[in-house]
Amino acid sequence: MSKVNAILQGTLNWVDERFPLTANWKAHLSEYYAPKNFNFWYFFGSLAMLVLVIQIVTGIFLTMHFKPDASLNASGVPVAFASVEYIMRDVPWGWLIRYMHSTGASAFFLVVYMHMFRGMLYGSYRKPRELIWIFGIIIFLALMAEAFFGYLLPWGQMSFWGAQVIVNLFSAIPLIGPDLSIWLRGDYVVGDATLNRFFAFHVVAVPMVLLGLVAAHIIALHEVGSNNPDGIEIKKKKDANGIPLDGIPFHPYYSVKDIVGVVVFLMVFSIVVFFMPEGGGYFLEYNNFFPADPLVTPPHIAPVWYFTPYYSLLRAVTYPLLGIDAKFWGVIAMGAGTLIFAFLPWLDRSPVKSIRYRGPLTKWLLSIWVVGFFILGFLGTKAPSYAFFGVIPGAPVAQILSVYYFLFFLTMPIWSSLDRCKPEPDRVTMK
Amino acid sequence: MKKFLTAILFAPLLALAAGPELHLDRAPDKANDKAALQNGAKIFVNYCLNCHSASYMRYNRLSDIGLNEAQIKDNLLFTADKVGEPMMIAMQRADAKVWFGAAPPDLSVIARARASEFGSGADWLYTYLRTFYRDDSRPSGWNNVVFENVGMPHVLWDLQGDQIMGEDHKLKLAKPGKLKPQEYDAMVGDLVAYLKYMGEPVAEFRKQLGVIVLIFLAVIFVFAYALKREYWKDIH
Repeated sequence: MSKVNAILQGTLNWVDERFPLTANWKAHLSEYYAPKNFNFWYFFGSLAMLVLVIQIVTGIFLTMHFKPDASLNASGVPVAFASVEYIMRDVPWGWLIRYMHSTGASAFFLVVYMHMFRGMLYGSYRKPRELIWIFGIIIFLALMAEAFFGYLLPWGQMSFWGAQVIVNLFSAIPLIGPDLSIWLRGDYVVGDATLNRFFAFHVVAVPMVLLGLVAAHIIALHEVGSNNPDGIEIKKKKDANGIPLDGIPFHPYYSVKDIVGVVVFLMVFSIVVFFMPEGGGYFLEYNNFFPADPLVTPPHIAPVWYFTPYYSLLRAVTYPLLGIDAKFWGVIAMGAGTLIFAFLPWLDRSPVKSIRYRGPLTKWLLSIWVVGFFILGFLGTKAPSYAFFGVIPGAPVAQILSVYYFLFFLTMPIWSSLDRCKPEPDRVTMK
Repeated sequence: MKKFLTAILFAPLLALAAGPELHLDRAPDKANDKAALQNGAKIFVNYCLNCHSASYMRYNRLSDIGLNEAQIKDNLLFTADKVGEPMMIAMQRADAKVWFGAAPPDLSVIARARASEFGSGADWLYTYLRTFYRDDSRPSGWNNVVFENVGMPHVLWDLQGDQIMGEDHKLKLAKPGKLKPQEYDAMVGDLVAYLKYMGEPVAEFRKQLGVIVLIFLAVIFVFAYALKREYWKDIH
């Protein structure tokens, strides 16, 4: 046994003299000290990484059988659409790989939304973690691009018309708009050229950007250390060895804890994959089982659920300003709605970070914002003419909530500094 | 405070129930009824697979519903020579477009595509195939309640008979067909069950496998949780 150990130790030394393997293991896992009071909300970072891996691995296998080709086969079905059904029926376990990928897309957004909300609850974006947060927002934007490009690939009716609507939005930009939208599509309508370039973006370009950003996100995190539900810095109180008193090594403590989170997540994920892969029409839209037909416009074009809050922001702008089409300002609102998160580190002027020690003002305004976000998301799945219970028109509700969405952020410097906060504890609390 | 916030958080879900209605009859669930599925396959091959292809569906996949290759070859193989071939049709799409105004769609995944907030795709098909009525203003002489001005004539008319639309906007059976109304409904139920199966042949296996996967994960959970408890017992 000691001989085996000696060989293993020798091999490790050989590697360490050439590559900082042990040093990295220590810096990022066995001697990375994380606060000991992480709660439920802290599972979603590692889960986001898990979903990223699921998407990449299933995506690689899908790429082996998928054909980005909009031409019609002998039965009059587009080849791309037919190749997805080929995966579902004729490729061994293809249905499982495909459902894992389609469910993974929704799971990715669910997990990332929870992860972002955690940051908002506990002020994780505050100094010194501004760059972690900004990298995160760029990951979020890249993820939206990834999902948008990927959604075209099955070449169903919603794929086609969703891409048509979104690319057409760019035509509203003054002067360059019409040419820009043709340049993006590679054609006058969404067609084979669009399908092929979206495929290239979806499987190569955006995943590479995502992986790089995820690495930057984690390197920045491990440089400054994790925040925690109390929003206080554990590095302020260290023992004689310079180890934070409230810190525990990520491995083994959080690696074993995250395994529990992973198993629970996989159970929820499996319930969707095996029992409701269409997610009630929200994960796989029913209309997308019709092959793309440029001559038939669906009666109602709705984006997938994770885009709908922003789709509502887009539709809320109905007035032309400065002689420019309302559609253009809608695009601006949608873009601003996602980018505004990046300014949180500077908009938030509260003396405390965590929601636990914030006053009632913050709790109320944030709660209303969350409810508003849900309602905007709900309305985004509906036609603009939708009315709650058939009486309360949805469109003005969406407009009011859109205004609130932005006011929440823009007035944050005022209300966050006015709120009556509670004193923060010296050490983290285990509740 | 917390309870109140939770309550308003879920308030939007209540609104899901609203919206205009499309009334669909509920299709009977025959997903595990092999005899019904086989009868549905027979009706599909005899009545539908002349104009509609099912180009993702291979004949020998029908082993899922309890048919062996000899049975498929002897009873169902009209449009292909080998059981490994997909369900194609001889009609050219360009001709079909001239004859019917639109080329009949491929039906492989029709039961999935026709799902909506008003009901499953099977519900839609079950209602659609039972609500054709005589309409002399249409080129085919037929119209339909759930698919207004449909291009397809009522292919099953000799079985169902002629329905007419009454003044009260209700369908009446003006001339009975070969089957009694209950028999016709049961037959359409079989056909729809088959179409639903064909939309996702793996569906039943998927659910069976899902149970095993969840049991496996539940066992893993016990060990994972015990491991976490063991490591964390000294952290306070």
